[in-house]
Amino acid sequence: MLWFKKKKEKKKEYTGKPDRGLLIFAHPTTVISVQELLRDEGYDIRVVSPPPTYRTGCDLSVEFPFDAESAIVELLHRVGLPPMDVVPITSKGTEPLQFVRVKDFGRYLMVRAANMKITVDKESREIVNISGGGCPDVPFLATSMLGKRLREAPDPGEVGFSLCAYSLNTAREEMIRLIGD
Amino acid sequence: MLLLAGSVPVEGLSLVMGHIDYSPEGIEIGGRKLGINRGNEAMMTAACQVCELLGCERPVGLVAGDIGKREGSEAIYRYLEENLPILQLSVMTLHYIMPDLKLNKRVLQSVKKMPRKPVLIADAGSMYVAKAGGDAVFYDVFTPDIGELTFLADEKADHPAFTRGAIFHMEENVTELIQRAYAAKNAPKTMFVKGKVDYICHDGNVVDTIDSPCVETMEAVGGTGDLITGMISGLIYAGKTPVEACMVAGRANRRAGELAQPNPATQISEILAYIPQALSEVLESSR
Repeated sequence: MLWFKKKKEKKKEYTGKPDRGLLIFAHPTTVISVQELLRDEGYDIRVVSPPPTYRTGCDLSVEFPFDAESAIVELLHRVGLPPMDVVPITSKGTEPLQFVRVKDFGRYLMVRAANMKITVDKESREIVNISGGGCPDVPFLATSMLGKRLREAPDPGEVGFSLCAYSLNTAREEMIRLIGD
Repeated sequence: MLLLAGSVPVEGLSLVMGHIDYSPEGIEIGGRKLGINRGNEAMMTAACQVCELLGCERPVGLVAGDIGKREGSEAIYRYLEENLPILQLSVMTLHYIMPDLKLNKRVLQSVKKMPRKPVLIADAGSMYVAKAGGDAVFYDVFTPDIGELTFLADEKADHPAFTRGAIFHMEENVTELIQRAYAAKNAPKTMFVKGKVDYICHDGNVVDTIDSPCVETMEAVGGTGDLITGMISGLIYAGKTPVEACMVAGRANRRAGELAQPNPATQISEILAYIPQALSEVLESSR
């Protein structure tokens, strides 16, 4: 009765070499561009917090399969997104929060991701308020995005620099998913 | 002296320090005009309104331009590190700034060299870096909103974006989040938690809650939390204890919202205009 026999999981052979690596960048939002590029190229990647030695208090990095290091680094140099550093890792980093909360004010809809909120007029798709956050690019992003339609406003993932901008982008993407741009 | 420090979204603006003048159009520090915006400008205006109402010396502002590239924030950290020991401060509020663990720790080392430690208030990026560095207990007042409280309650997160999902989903249980933040030493002595119900905490206990008037649309308006931080700063400078300042600021903020009758598209300048009236009413009723 072979099918009753629990199949033993094959233990991964320890080679002494790390199988994952981290790409370190100066700004969290560079990671958004890198994430999109590498996913489009079919790489198995995760956006995670960097190890303690690289932490300043507002950072993101990209975890990638270490055997693809040369190809990935060459690609990033070619498109003008070179990493500050590449390090092998043995433990998994924490992924940023992707949960969102939605509040319906009737004519207006508010979406919150982590500490960032975006509020949009559902009829005109105009961004009417941006709230929360604590990094310096938040007031800058608010000034740049307020009064514009979702599709016309600058993308916080492209013009922002911080984890707050990353969260604002998460909230914006959910808003577009819910009501269109 | 009441010192209010943080970055402003003006690219290339070098460090400016001076007494803050304010008008309905904005603030002026050291001859540099800055329009009303969420963040430091709103916080500074509210503090100025309190000081004027209570007859205190104008606050001093320390700002530098930063749109997220760190230069302005680094200039502020370095100025504080070098000059705090010679400044005569009674209250210092640190607000929007790029979190930088190393530079903030150097600032705190300079605070320790001051003849008398000022009342230290932190919100926004300054609160994030204080918590991430394990230094929350060195501060006197934090003013988190509910999302930021989940971050303070998560001993592993070093930025609100890294709050673990299980804790993010505990938002309905504010008192447990407050207890977690205090138990992990990620909260200062006094904390004002902004939300549908405001919680004022001291030494780990909830000492007051404020739930009326309830103006739900205020949650969407960027800068309402900044007004609370500014008012708390001014009220402590005027002689209130941190808890008393939180009690007055929370009620005045809600009353200003009620007077402004905001919708989710209202901008912070429209609520700021009602702060003096709201403060007067709350202070009068508390006498």
